Amino acid sequence: MSAGGLTLRPSGRARASGATTARMAAYALVFAGAIIMLAPFYFMFVFATHSDREILSLPPPVWFGANFGSNLELLLERLPHWWENLGWSLYIALGTTAANLLLCSMAGYAFALHEFKYKKQLFVFVMATMLLPNFVAMIPTALTMSWLGWMNQPRALIVPAACGALGIFMMRQYIASAIPRDLLDAARIDGCGEFGIYFRIVLPLIGPALGTLGLVTFIASWNNFMGPLIVMRDMEMYTVPLALRALQGTGQTPWGAICAGSSIAVLPLLVIFVLASRRLIEGLTAGAVKS
Amino acid sequence: MQAMSEPALPEAAASTAAAPRRRVRLSLRVLAPYLFISPFFVLFCVFGLFPLLFSIYLSFHRWEPAAGLAAMNWVGLENYVYTVLNDDWFHKSLYNTGWMAIVSGVPQHLVALPLAYFLHVGFGRWRNTVVGIYFLPFITSSVAIALVFSTLFSRDYGVINATLAALAQVPGLGWFMPAQHIDWGQPQYTKWMISFVVFWRYVGWNAVLYLSAMQTIPKDLFEAATMDGARPRQQFFHVVLPLLRPMIFFAVTLTIIGNLQLFEEPFILTSGTGGIDQAGKTAAMHMYSTAFVDGDFGTASAIAWLLFMLIAATTWLNNRLLGQREDKA
Repeated sequence: MSAGGLTLRPSGRARASGATTARMAAYALVFAGAIIMLAPFYFMFVFATHSDREILSLPPPVWFGANFGSNLELLLERLPHWWENLGWSLYIALGTTAANLLLCSMAGYAFALHEFKYKKQLFVFVMATMLLPNFVAMIPTALTMSWLGWMNQPRALIVPAACGALGIFMMRQYIASAIPRDLLDAARIDGCGEFGIYFRIVLPLIGPALGTLGLVTFIASWNNFMGPLIVMRDMEMYTVPLALRALQGTGQTPWGAICAGSSIAVLPLLVIFVLASRRLIEGLTAGAVKS
Repeated sequence: MQAMSEPALPEAAASTAAAPRRRVRLSLRVLAPYLFISPFFVLFCVFGLFPLLFSIYLSFHRWEPAAGLAAMNWVGLENYVYTVLNDDWFHKSLYNTGWMAIVSGVPQHLVALPLAYFLHVGFGRWRNTVVGIYFLPFITSSVAIALVFSTLFSRDYGVINATLAALAQVPGLGWFMPAQHIDWGQPQYTKWMISFVVFWRYVGWNAVLYLSAMQTIPKDLFEAATMDGARPRQQFFHVVLPLLRPMIFFAVTLTIIGNLQLFEEPFILTSGTGGIDQAGKTAAMHMYSTAFVDGDFGTASAIAWLLFMLIAATTWLNNRLLGQREDKA
């Protein structure tokens, strides 16, 4: 991991001082960049605690105020269904996650440890579906959902996303490296059925991969905007991103309330990230590095 | 689901002949993997393939959705011809999309590569924290983030204008800074604003991609280069960059595909309108408003496929430029 730290130290003294200056400059730049990355989050939380008049003053507030309560009141006034919206977001994200954990691990298990006809072609096909841009399906998906009578139904967001190609890939990679084939053969000799093997042997052994896939899926669903935008038409069925967007546009923009709502929407992600950033980054980049 | 496999054994055991029993078990063993992977294919056919095919069909029709399916009129290529030749907003949105794809996309990689290299050789135990900070924007809700940015970008009281004004006081740096507060809502600034937010959101993602590729480079290579007297900068250009070529190709491909279908950030930052003079309206936004605001699903489907073809062509071009040489080597 700490590959270069020592190896890159130059030998000559003259060279060392030049390198040190360059290195300090680079550190300063990276530090400044980190501040730019974090600043919007910081101001989001700070503004969530200030009234609009305080936000729209010079200089803008840079420390927390005492008006979070009144911002929340304003938010609930503009979005009477806010708590329901939050509930739907949670329900849809958890439903999508549960479905993906089950279906992706099954498919990943088959691709990793089973031999069957057209396995390679089928897997390539699964991977290729990841390249399809989702905006192309936007219009027909809206029509499909209205024909199915799924408009304003959470299942319109859960079912189509219930088995993602990335999840299948992650599961296949993990299962192939974590579970020896001999184990399955032993179980088969002992008379264990194929579904029994999956539930009793494979599932208990892939906990870490399930955790990573769960986080990735939950976050993607929680942040999803385009999906709900076309299928959730009634305000009481909005998910959080849609509800936040509804604060825009009509009359005076309530900046404090927007920041309060955004803070609530982002907070769960921040908690997840602080607890599991390493695993999350590895999960999201897994496909890129290994393929 | 377990019930499906379990009964096979007792039933088979009860039967007298051994042959059928083996056949039942064998066929289950052969079928099982297909059952395991079937959910993906069923879901894809219903919610992926069918919509795509229907969208192609739709793009050759004029249709008022309210009048029902029977009201579809075959118009051949008319939707495509109209969009390519006469739809001024499509042209403008395409220009905006290309502009923002380049202005937000190129710096992402020019910054992410050296950033990843520096994170790779420096920072020690702080590395994960710094990587996490840069990666954070990627996992947060683009809607929430775009809303916060529209606050920060406000003209008279925005944090960004206030910061620029403060930096204008710094000697040496002030020359680069605008003297007046910028009205980011004006057409000449809208695309800069959106591009910055997109850059901000994805630069860490690219850095993480590059960093993870660098971590697969054997340490011996760095050691050998150091022994030969190669400085860090030379190592970056002569060791790291050539070895990173496949990852650069991959990351640039992702950026092209992502940037050409840009939707959420410009949608929120311009309140869904595209901004004054449509200066921030992307092609994907134009498709959305053609369908869901104007109710013209046929033309909107044609726009979607034109954009799809553009993305495919750009990806192909990128493949020719960046991807090819790797195969020959």
